[in-house]
Amino acid sequence: MKPFAYHQPTQIPDAAKLLTSIEDSKLVAGGMTLIPTLKQRLASPVALIDLSRLGSLKGITDDGATITIGAMTPHAVVAGSKLVQARIPGLAALASMIGDPAVRSRGTIGGSVANNDPAADYPAGVLGLGATIVTSTREIAADKFFLGLFETALEPGEIITAIRFPLPLKAGYAKFKAPASRYALVGVFVAKFADGVRVAVTGAGAGVFRVPPMEAALSQHFDPSAIAAIKIDTDGLTSDIHAEADYRAHLVTVMAKRAVDAALS
Amino acid sequence: MGNVIGIGASPKRKEDQRFLTGRGSYVSDIKRPGMTAGAFVRSPHGHAKLRGIDKSAALAAPGVIAVLTGDDVADDGLGSLPCGWGITDAKGVPMKEPPFPMLAQDKVRFVGDMVAFVIAETPEQANAAAELLNVDYEVLPSVVGVLEAVRPGAPQLFDDVPNNICCDWELGDKAAVEAAFRKAAHVAKLSLVNNRLIGNPMEPRAAIAEYEPGTDRFTLWTTSQFPHVVRFLMGALVLNIPQHKLRVVAPDVGGGFGVKQFHYGEEAVITWAAKRVMRPIKWVASRSEGYVSDRHGRDHVTEAELALDETGKFLAFRVKTLANMGGYLSTFGPNIPTNLYGPLLGGVYTTPAIYCNVKVVFTNTVPVDAYRGAGRPEATFVLERIVDVAASEMGIDRVEIRRRNMIPKEAYPYQTPVLVQYDSGDPVGCLDGALVAADAKNFGIRKSESARKGKFRGLGYSTYVEACGLAPSRFAGRLGARGGLYESATVRVHPTGQVTVMIGTHNHGQGHETTFAQIVSEKLGVSFENVDIVFGDTDRVQFGMGTYGSRSLVVGGAALSKATDKVVAKGKKIAAHLLEAAEVDIQFEAGKFSVAGTDRMKTFEEIAGAAYVPHDYPLEVLEPGLEEQAYYDPVNFTYPGGCHIAEVEVDPETGTVTLVNYTAVDDVGTVINPMIVEGQLHGGIVQGVGQALFENAVYDEGSGQLLSGSLMDYCMPRADHLPMMKVETHSTLCTHTPMGVKGCGEVGTIGSPAAVINAVVDALSHLGVTHVDMPATPNRIWRLLQNASLPVAAE
Ligand SMILES: Cc1cc2nc3c(=O)[nH]c(=O)nc-3n(C[C@H](O)[C@H](O)[C@H](O)COP(=O)(O)OP(=O)(O)OC[C@H]3O[C@@H](n4cnc5c(N)ncnc54)[C@H](O)[C@@H]3O)c2cc1C
Repeated sequence: MKPFAYHQPTQIPDAAKLLTSIEDSKLVAGGMTLIPTLKQRLASPVALIDLSRLGSLKGITDDGATITIGAMTPHAVVAGSKLVQARIPGLAALASMIGDPAVRSRGTIGGSVANNDPAADYPAGVLGLGATIVTSTREIAADKFFLGLFETALEPGEIITAIRFPLPLKAGYAKFKAPASRYALVGVFVAKFADGVRVAVTGAGAGVFRVPPMEAALSQHFDPSAIAAIKIDTDGLTSDIHAEADYRAHLVTVMAKRAVDAALS
Repeated sequence: MGNVIGIGASPKRKEDQRFLTGRGSYVSDIKRPGMTAGAFVRSPHGHAKLRGIDKSAALAAPGVIAVLTGDDVADDGLGSLPCGWGITDAKGVPMKEPPFPMLAQDKVRFVGDMVAFVIAETPEQANAAAELLNVDYEVLPSVVGVLEAVRPGAPQLFDDVPNNICCDWELGDKAAVEAAFRKAAHVAKLSLVNNRLIGNPMEPRAAIAEYEPGTDRFTLWTTSQFPHVVRFLMGALVLNIPQHKLRVVAPDVGGGFGVKQFHYGEEAVITWAAKRVMRPIKWVASRSEGYVSDRHGRDHVTEAELALDETGKFLAFRVKTLANMGGYLSTFGPNIPTNLYGPLLGGVYTTPAIYCNVKVVFTNTVPVDAYRGAGRPEATFVLERIVDVAASEMGIDRVEIRRRNMIPKEAYPYQTPVLVQYDSGDPVGCLDGALVAADAKNFGIRKSESARKGKFRGLGYSTYVEACGLAPSRFAGRLGARGGLYESATVRVHPTGQVTVMIGTHNHGQGHETTFAQIVSEKLGVSFENVDIVFGDTDRVQFGMGTYGSRSLVVGGAALSKATDKVVAKGKKIAAHLLEAAEVDIQFEAGKFSVAGTDRMKTFEEIAGAAYVPHDYPLEVLEPGLEEQAYYDPVNFTYPGGCHIAEVEVDPETGTVTLVNYTAVDDVGTVINPMIVEGQLHGGIVQGVGQALFENAVYDEGSGQLLSGSLMDYCMPRADHLPMMKVETHSTLCTHTPMGVKGCGEVGTIGSPAAVINAVVDALSHLGVTHVDMPATPNRIWRLLQNASLPVAAE
């Protein structure tokens, strides 16, 4: 790890100002992704801006139509939240499947979404539920937020403050864990709303993506059998030492069926 | 006589007091005055010529004290890293043994090969400067697989090693095997890969070296399983430091599994460098650095054929293996796929003729050497897999075919056709015990239950034997060992009756401090608490070959037993003097020396005290003191073995294999501490399950990059991968070790891979699957099911 300055602002505007004024500075949330890259000397920011003192970034609220989760809310809190368990059980289940207890206690929803790891779980939930990413400057729809491999619509200096989730009629997540890392080899989030179904896949490709044919079929008939025969094209899917693209494609269908099962149960 | 805790008891482990309270002392815990930090610059290429190194930028970086390269090594005339074994081919031609310089000189031969050593005031400065070192590489194509490496036109690692073949080794009677194959009723054939593994001990490797000019002495603290061997190899053969001027300390070590039983270049470089900079230097490997520098294990490609008569009796076994050595010969490298492999191909069967050919091959990968089991898991896997293949092809039950070929208990000692003679064993007894413990007779019911849930269930057997207690020096010498493989122990009885044992083995998780104390407690009748075991320091322990090959109890424990016998003999002399009796009339039992047929006696403590207060000794026949030393060289290997039964469930939708039951009934000879033995078996089994289902070191052909270079990509077995295991012992006693012990450190790793894969194949056999390579990953199983064009049921 190389030396860096450390800031702990208490107001969002101060944090944003530090971020824009110090070149090569970086936000740190739970540090679960950032700190290992510093240790391996893969990144060497001159300053870290710690978001942990920004009280307004923590907590989960319910306004009747949506649930808003503060960016600094750790996965364990989402997984254990009675509110999330009651309103979007599939999202609480997703959070409970991330990493291990230590990671869930430190890692945050904002950090995960900002990082947009192609095998992370939250992007599937955020895109699958059609959530809104609330930042220090604006609101971004999930469909416009995730731009592929570790890329998002965030502008330099922009801070995610919360994620706002609409309430689905039903939602479920199924994850096939990569054997070693236990990130998603393939994870599928399925959400049923009054106006249709959304299906979002993580792990399989360079970034989270939706599956329109499955959405159409499930909108007609919300049952695993509706998508059992839908095969995913291997184009753009990842092949690596853990799984070949056609196996990942196969798993998308299997996990989508299981996600529907989970949503129905 | 206090609290004797002897053989067969399971006291809590003495060493756990410090380990579980965070009070262990590992190399990286040690701080020396004025200590600097070292960082190795390693090759990022699998294969490249070193055109030149420009040190200037690194030297100019903050805090840098020195930058050392292969040229500095050459200038100082230092030796190359030695190989402890010299094997020969069928014609007696010695293996090719190219030099293994401690810092690369003309070429780098694997990703991780060491190019330079940077010494700075702090680890951060050393790492930063290491990044600045300008190395001019001419990148060459890499070859990483054995099949590719021996092909004509393959990249050549060494100019004088044609086709990258280090040695074309063979064992057994080729003609007899050919004759047997000609009259066989059936021949089973199997091609398989034994996957490459990375040991991953919890503690990464580390070293600290210090030179004291006042005494001209070096001290090396290192994460080693055998400090005396490091002192010998490094001092005598690499750095030319006289043995009395070199102290090697291996303090608490956080797991080894073989990874730490080699003399590594890092140890030599840091010791040499400490004198050059006249300050202590510390280096601690990161996990990532360990992946590309810790010696790897296994990596075989094998073709095997088993000849059988019409009743399923094995007539002959023929095995051809290509074994990966990596870029250089490591300390035991060429011994593992040859001497620890071929002689085990007889297994627990009466196969009369066996022939084994092993081509030992260099590739652009980390050097391959011993990893828990070392050679014997590979042998067991080939044999136990092909037995299943033969059974299925001939329509004979898998248990029945094993029974028909097993060596009956009465036939021991049993001479195999591949050098080794098993002294004792009872394979049928282990099999019968395991069948009951695994409830094999109700497997069918469990299989139908799985089928109802859409899952395929399979049962797999592995009835195996291994050779451990390394090693009888006479035997090993004939096979190419360049040193002896005995062990030593000193038993020092203090004037107040407590005992300190100095032993040459090394405890890094095995529980020796407990097991050895139990032996002393039992044999001398002293309190378990009053026995301390000292190891891991060449200044405190006389000599020793260290810990590997399940040898510590078998060879070290035997030396300890012999030394305690000598203490008793000396004690009898003292007692005879004190009790004014003849020495032959003195008996020793339960901590008391007494005159036979009388009530005159002295306690062990009284004798110990008298030994150090020799006021009226007959000094011409009796020396003061009570301290004895023994060296023990075994006359044979020991042959633990047993029967492992794995039960798996396969999810055909995802290809996931779940291990649902595991049973092991092992013959490890006398059990000193049942709890520790059970722990060793659990750990060993888990490592074997890891090989069978999860672990795989993968290199990119061409670039030589390690693709599975972190825990994110190299899958270690975890607690939730495993069922509760049933582990039992069914022991026959070793006939040649003093206590009848056979060793238990590796049996779990040796027996389990075949059991697990046999279970997976069994689960899929209705689809025509006859073999699954390791690791049986979900992707691999799914691919097999695709090829079997199974109509996978939608749920
Ligand atoms: C062992 C291990 C296992 C894991 N397993 C999983 C898994 O199974 N599934 C999974 O999805 N994830 C997994 N993770 C990732 C983890 O869950 C975290 O979500 C992830 O590391 C990012 O969250 P963080 O709070 O730690 O972010 P940090 O590491 O602190 O930051 C990550 C990046 O996001 C930026 N950032 C952080 N917060 C904000 C914000 N509010 N606005 C803008 N940018 C921001 C930072 O600048 C940085 O670039 C694992 C991590 C580890 C270490």
